[in-house]
Amino acid sequence: VAWLNAVVQGILLGGLYALFACGLSLLFGVMRVVNLAHGDFAVLAAYLGLAVITGLHVPLLWSTLAVAPLFAVVGYLVQRLIIQRSLEVSPLTTLLVTFGLSVVLQNAMLEGFSANSHSLPSGWLAAGSFRLTPQLSIGHFSLIVFAAAVVVIVSLQLFLSRARLGRQIRATADDAEAASIAGTDVRHVFGIAAAIAFATVALAGLAFGGYSSFDPGAGTQRLIFAFEAVVIGGVGSLWGTLLGGVVLGVSQALGAQVDSGFGVLAGHLVFLAVLAIRPRGLLPGRVT
Amino acid sequence: VSVRVTRSRRPATWSGLASALVFVALLSLPYLVFANVTSLLVNLFILLVLATMWNLLAGYAGLVSVGQQAYLGLGAYTVLVLAQNGVNPFLAIPVAIAFCAVAALPISLLVFRLRNEYFAIGTWVVAEAFQLITVRFPQLGGGTGASLPGLGGFDPALRQAFTYWAALAVLAATLLAAYLLLRSRLGLDLTAIRDDEVGARSVGVQPARAKRIVYLIAAAGAGGAGALIIISQLNVQAASVFSVQWSAYMIFVAVIGGVGTDPGHDPLLQPPAVAGGARRLVPDHRRDGRGAGGDVRAAGPLGRDQRPLRPAPVSDRLLAAPTRLIAGGPAGPPASTRALNCRISTKTGCLQRCKWHELDKTPPVNVHCAGRSWG
Repeated sequence: VAWLNAVVQGILLGGLYALFACGLSLLFGVMRVVNLAHGDFAVLAAYLGLAVITGLHVPLLWSTLAVAPLFAVVGYLVQRLIIQRSLEVSPLTTLLVTFGLSVVLQNAMLEGFSANSHSLPSGWLAAGSFRLTPQLSIGHFSLIVFAAAVVVIVSLQLFLSRARLGRQIRATADDAEAASIAGTDVRHVFGIAAAIAFATVALAGLAFGGYSSFDPGAGTQRLIFAFEAVVIGGVGSLWGTLLGGVVLGVSQALGAQVDSGFGVLAGHLVFLAVLAIRPRGLLPGRVT
Repeated sequence: VSVRVTRSRRPATWSGLASALVFVALLSLPYLVFANVTSLLVNLFILLVLATMWNLLAGYAGLVSVGQQAYLGLGAYTVLVLAQNGVNPFLAIPVAIAFCAVAALPISLLVFRLRNEYFAIGTWVVAEAFQLITVRFPQLGGGTGASLPGLGGFDPALRQAFTYWAALAVLAATLLAAYLLLRSRLGLDLTAIRDDEVGARSVGVQPARAKRIVYLIAAAGAGGAGALIIISQLNVQAASVFSVQWSAYMIFVAVIGGVGTDPGHDPLLQPPAVAGGARRLVPDHRRDGRGAGGDVRAAGPLGRDQRPLRPAPVSDRLLAAPTRLIAGGPAGPPASTRALNCRISTKTGCLQRCKWHELDKTPPVNVHCAGRSWG
């Protein structure tokens, strides 16, 4: 039963990773940008959430309503003002720029919020759980996060395949030049994609903050988890990202079951094994 | 008309001499200044080694790694393990360097499956995995770190002098290796790959092999730097030596050197004579891409894209600066234009790569290949 419990908790944790990774996946799919500052933006979102929660005395869930739109705006601006310029130079520059952004963010947060670790007060959510059997229970909070991940991924998928703007994003991802000939403002579309990605980052950052404590340096590790989820699932596929998150979460939970220090390492090893056996991931999307 | 190709020009010989003098001056420094100066220089040398290797990796092989700290840590812990078994830590440095190069081979098989950005984070994951594995061994100090045994018998001043000399030796070896590498056949292959991988492949360059060799060399360099870190600090902590912060340092040093600029066109870092000579020797690719003597000098005449050569993705300025101390910077035309020196075989009518000495002797042949396979 302990193992079953680990699997269930792992699946729920995987939802969090998937929620976090889908922004990375979207940015890469549309702009071929791996945002190395992804994790640090998530930590920044958690700090903002903390400020909103303690400042306005609202519960965690309501704080998302403030932080996510704010982050969408931040994402649009970061894309238009920073990433777009580097995209026009070379992909390598983009990588270096986002890496620099990550270092700057980390140190700015260290200055602003000190190195102390914080956690988001999640109130009744943290304590409550559904008790399925005496040994097996599912926390309200992790269930909500998992549901949010599924909802976000399904609606992203629907948005990309149905909505006019979503189809513009896909067209731009396939061929930016052709899309601009057909009348798409490529930079604006990139900005919109970044705004969506950053809104999901904000959600994921708040969820992370509710799960565990965070400090300014926590973003690095989270970026790696998100990246692993994307690659395990298969680059370019949102469903793959969900699957990848779940695989990563389950392997970490099972690893932690073996030995408390082994969880994260088990995740890395599964990632490397997937890389060795199926380099294109479990559910490869379209060829990039 | 034929072209004489040399790998280093006369200014290189002079600055080679000058840098030998600088080397001797640096060598005698422990007799002249206090240990605080030399220990500062040790840190500088470590950074220079790391940045030179990173620039080789990213600027020439196009392998943007954010995970070189894996080999930094591996080198440091190799020295630790050897010292725990009674080996003199200074003698352990070359062992650590060799061990990192060997360990990089299986890792490269894994991470080379990823490209570009994914390669970057893939190498990072490897470094994280190394760290997590290291802290699981209590005899390596676990998460709290371990201190380096075997240096207690040394007089502190003597130990610091030895540390300084070791760092200087590793730096000199690194710069010399980078210089020789870039002037070897492999270096020319690399610059050709950097400028146009498809074009390079079409004249017989093997990108995967060349990149793998550079990856191994960069791992060895990082291992040397890691060995120096543990010896200069006398202890090692997994969280710090495997930290991605090291990659940030490497990248920052290289970026401050300049990204996306061509050292051949930068008068600040290039002696004017060399720069001018380089421009004279570079054929105009936009015209017909044919150098003197009918030798094919770029991917242009192969009928692919005839654009002028791109500037380096990450500048080799950083590399140019220290190597100029030794050898006067890149000699002659930018290596990328020399890399694809080829000729048309008189027997088969197909494009062949030339050895350097052949290039001078072979008679000029018109560039033409009627749909046959190249190289």
